[in-house]
Amino acid sequence: MTGTPPGRDPGLQPERTRLAWRRTALALTVVAVLALRLALAGEPFGALVGLAVVGVWAVALRVCWRRGTGSGPAPTGGPALAQAALTAVGLALAGLALVLHELW
Amino acid sequence: MWQAIRRWFDPSDLRAVGRTPDYRFSLANERTFLAWLRTGLALVGGGLAVAQFLPPLPLRHLRETIAIVLLLVGGAVAVRAVDHWARTERAIRQDEELPASRFPAVLALVVGLGALLLVVAVLAGALGQR
Repeated sequence: MTGTPPGRDPGLQPERTRLAWRRTALALTVVAVLALRLALAGEPFGALVGLAVVGVWAVALRVCWRRGTGSGPAPTGGPALAQAALTAVGLALAGLALVLHELW
Repeated sequence: MWQAIRRWFDPSDLRAVGRTPDYRFSLANERTFLAWLRTGLALVGGGLAVAQFLPPLPLRHLRETIAIVLLLVGGAVAVRAVDHWARTERAIRQDEELPASRFPAVLALVVGLGALLLVVAVLAGALGQR
């Protein structure tokens, strides 16, 4: 087997972590699209929620992009994790608002 | 509680504890968080899909109830993911045992029970139509 190039660890941990951020960005995008589709079905309240969904998604994508690209040692921890989780909560709240609004 | 929430967003607070571990442990912890976050996102996505793609079910408001439960559980999974990540990071830095958690078992039971209930609802609907 070939040796590991200098400066890279044999487990490729930074790369794997970057790819995990990219997968998360993809999942966020799918959920954002689903939320947007649901939002556009009911106006004018839905349009407002849809606008919020797009905003939240754009911010989260920037965060994921920063962590998912680059080379060399990857940054660990930081506020990006909480921001990404908050985005998921925000999308869930958007969905709740839309479903409950539809019920009443 | 507010202190715990502040800790999620403020890395300097976490970095003041213990000593910096091998970065691979931190990266593994981060990937575990991301996997949990995607689990939460899958549940949220499922809730959003149920709300718009599922035909109305025989029971009144069952569809909306399923959607709301999925959205709530998905949000809870995301919040718990950050909290568990922060607690694990703290434990790694202090060379302590990793925090134990019942959450995966509870989530598995909730998802399993939910699936079972849906099977019953679908069967009841199919038999009722005949």
